[in-house]
Amino acid sequence: MVAAEELLVRLRGSDRRVLPRLASLVENEDPRGLQALDALFPLSGHAHIVGVTGPPGAGKSTLVAALLSLIREAGRRVAVIAVDPSSPISGGAVLGDRIRMMDRHADDGVFIRSMASRGRQGGLAWATSGLVHLLDAVGFPLILVETVGTGQDGTDIVSLADTVVVVEAPGLGDGVQAIKSGLLEVGDIVAVNKADQPGAEDAIRLLRASLDLAHPVDGRSVPILPTVGVTGSGMPALLAAIDDHDGWLTESDQRSRRRERAARAEVLAGLRVALDRRLEAGPGRSPELASLVARVAHRDLSPRHAVDALTVALDAAASGRPIGD
Amino acid sequence: MESCELPEPEEMTRSAGSEALGTPVRILIAKPGLDGHDRGAKVLVRALRDAGFEVVYTGLFQTPEMIASAALQEDVQVIGLSILSGAHMALFPRIMEELRERGLDDVLVVAGGTIPKADIPRIKALGVAEVFGPGTRLAAIVDYIRENAPRQSPLW
Repeated sequence: MVAAEELLVRLRGSDRRVLPRLASLVENEDPRGLQALDALFPLSGHAHIVGVTGPPGAGKSTLVAALLSLIREAGRRVAVIAVDPSSPISGGAVLGDRIRMMDRHADDGVFIRSMASRGRQGGLAWATSGLVHLLDAVGFPLILVETVGTGQDGTDIVSLADTVVVVEAPGLGDGVQAIKSGLLEVGDIVAVNKADQPGAEDAIRLLRASLDLAHPVDGRSVPILPTVGVTGSGMPALLAAIDDHDGWLTESDQRSRRRERAARAEVLAGLRVALDRRLEAGPGRSPELASLVARVAHRDLSPRHAVDALTVALDAAASGRPIGD
Repeated sequence: MESCELPEPEEMTRSAGSEALGTPVRILIAKPGLDGHDRGAKVLVRALRDAGFEVVYTGLFQTPEMIASAALQEDVQVIGLSILSGAHMALFPRIMEELRERGLDDVLVVAGGTIPKADIPRIKALGVAEVFGPGTRLAAIVDYIRENAPRQSPLW
């Protein structure tokens, strides 16, 4: 095991390639990266992790860029992880969130990293949490995580962030959209962006009405704030709300509860990936699966019965033989 | 039922831009200087995505410092500079200098756009590996990057 102190010296040293390269090794699940992350993990847990999520085009990146300006003006250090979707066809990705954040280029107090989702649904990449732990351990006190543009689903950010900012924009739906399950339920703060555009007041009213129908999240009412990311209007109030939430997490027992929830979610997500990989390597390649799949394709067998047959085989394998043989 | 022609999932994830372990090559496409035309850059970004690369696009009007800083933080293996303004001989030396200052000597730098043939030897002397002029087939660029993208040292 590499000593964490030694790693930190290198990560905070004069070679500025070291942190980005370690981030790549973590993202690529390179054993050297994962070992370094294991060593650094005990040093993490001090950062305020803020998720920024919302539908595509609502203005998440622009809002993050505007937040960066304010945060840097206050002399605070900050890291950003911006996730964009990978193509399900080619595996490639266009990572375009950085475009809005390029003003902050030459500033050592800001670390911005784009990530492709690499096949994960739900708004994040599998390695996003690892990268958050890394930046946390290195000493960034504030980490903004911008998700893939998500709609009514895609709430993985809840299991990573201490504070979730949901970014909405005018014209995205009526009062029924606002009371459907999903994204809005998980917001600690709602920013109605593009608030200078027609319909913004209606959107704010609808959102307020729908949130008033619900019980306050964890005994706290959710602020709904008008913002205009491109001009910076409303941004000081948004940053103040984010900081307030941080304070509230500390005063209440919410921070530890959320951290426990996050730890559980991360371990279970990792376990699912590990099980998936085992399935793909073992039963996924078995002749039994191939013949069941062929029968399902020919409508000889229902998908549910095929799954039942495979589960029985897996249980038998788990109780005796190694899985996949 | 007829067997269909869809590729196996495994083949789909291991596409052109991916290395053996399914790790996509990361590329930065940048528009340096005062040059408002990025249709070509966007076409290329799209083609690289379809070839399986992860492409960070900076957008327009980037200074050499911004490009080098983005390349550093994003830890890309390849930088593509798209320029149509004619200012390549002013900007490219400064970009290469900014990259060197940050220790990014192992990054593959390629350029494209309206660059006169006479300038190409001087651009290559700066450390730009290849220059793709107007009319270059996208597949040629994809192939070149696939073959020449460097494997990064872990620095550990």
